Amino acid sequence: MNSYERGPGLPPSRGPLSGAVAGRLCGTGPLPRPVEAEGADPYGDDLQLALYLCYELHYRGFAGVGPEFEWDPGLLRFRAALERRFLSALRADTPGHDSLDEALAALLVEPVEGSGVTHFLGAEGELWQLREYAAQRSLYHLKEADPHAWVLPRLWGRAKAGMAAVEFDEFGGGRADRIHARLFAALMTDLGLESTYGRYLDAARAEMLAVVNLMSLFGLHRELRGALVGHFADVEITSSPGSQRLAEAMRRTGAGPAAEFFYDEHVEADAVHEQVVRHEVIGGLLAEEPELAADVTFGIDATEYLEDRLARRLLADWRAGHSSLRTPLAPHMSHTS
Amino acid sequence: MPNEPADRARRITVQRQGPLLVEGPVEVELEDGTTVSSDRFRVALCTCRRSRRYPWCDTSHRRKTKGSG
Repeated sequence: MNSYERGPGLPPSRGPLSGAVAGRLCGTGPLPRPVEAEGADPYGDDLQLALYLCYELHYRGFAGVGPEFEWDPGLLRFRAALERRFLSALRADTPGHDSLDEALAALLVEPVEGSGVTHFLGAEGELWQLREYAAQRSLYHLKEADPHAWVLPRLWGRAKAGMAAVEFDEFGGGRADRIHARLFAALMTDLGLESTYGRYLDAARAEMLAVVNLMSLFGLHRELRGALVGHFADVEITSSPGSQRLAEAMRRTGAGPAAEFFYDEHVEADAVHEQVVRHEVIGGLLAEEPELAADVTFGIDATEYLEDRLARRLLADWRAGHSSLRTPLAPHMSHTS
Repeated sequence: MPNEPADRARRITVQRQGPLLVEGPVEVELEDGTTVSSDRFRVALCTCRRSRRYPWCDTSHRRKTKGSG
């Protein structure tokens, strides 16, 4: 197989921006003009998919799209316009903490009566909702920890050593069958989902695309290394309790052993990662570059903002009794009999 | 190897609130004589005794707040 043929197919566009990027990748359309991004909804389907298509060229690309598009100057210029729109909206909309200590302290307490997605799924989530959650989240978990690897050359000393150690754990500690992305693929199989990379891109909501685009944005820009570290700290600090609730949801619904194991593993792993990220990665980074504290705080606050938007979207759809996906899933055959 | 002394002391990090951090791999003997092990690069051992995955930390030491979140 020619390497151009590998990877997921390009998804249908969601408007003029994503259509223009897809057209460029297929060689059928003109180069998008950067000015076209300026009036777009920064969190909407069209801009988020356009950005996602641009970023995906740095991961696995798309079937039929030549790898040279990764460094196509026209696309990069257009991507920069999309990024400016997204980033300036985030800076304006994110309710910022005054200090990093305050932002971290807010993450390190557990609400007695939580109202997030994992609280809902843990307490009353049904199997169809767990399947939808996994399908949406697969956009990240099938490349879990990949966007964060980009920050390694931009860190030194304790921050680099700590980040590399956590990434090593995310990538299975040297064993391919323990790579977290592979554990997630096994979870998807338990849930009767297809674990092919990119399979649910078209089904995912703009709110989910934005969560993944944030990681790619922070990961690909050295200028945003502090924000990437803040984002990673947020993910690792909030993961353990959330994973505990999701592991219970998987057990309660009889989702399957691999589905339980993925979240069980994250309860223990991320209790460690949280400590390493706070003490070594953030501590090490700020010892070298104390002026990045505000960026670390922004990384945390922007992550919380986008995760909260996703949570509200999922919960609103589920409480109304309808699918949270753009295209519904096929029935789960092993659980419908 | 001269740069990697085999008898280097194992580092354990303590904190007032939170788990003991130990360089892995570790084998932990529990009160009933059974052992559990972890080969993670570092392990977090519960000190608050609230973990549902004892002896491993599951972040149950965190302060609870009344508000919702």
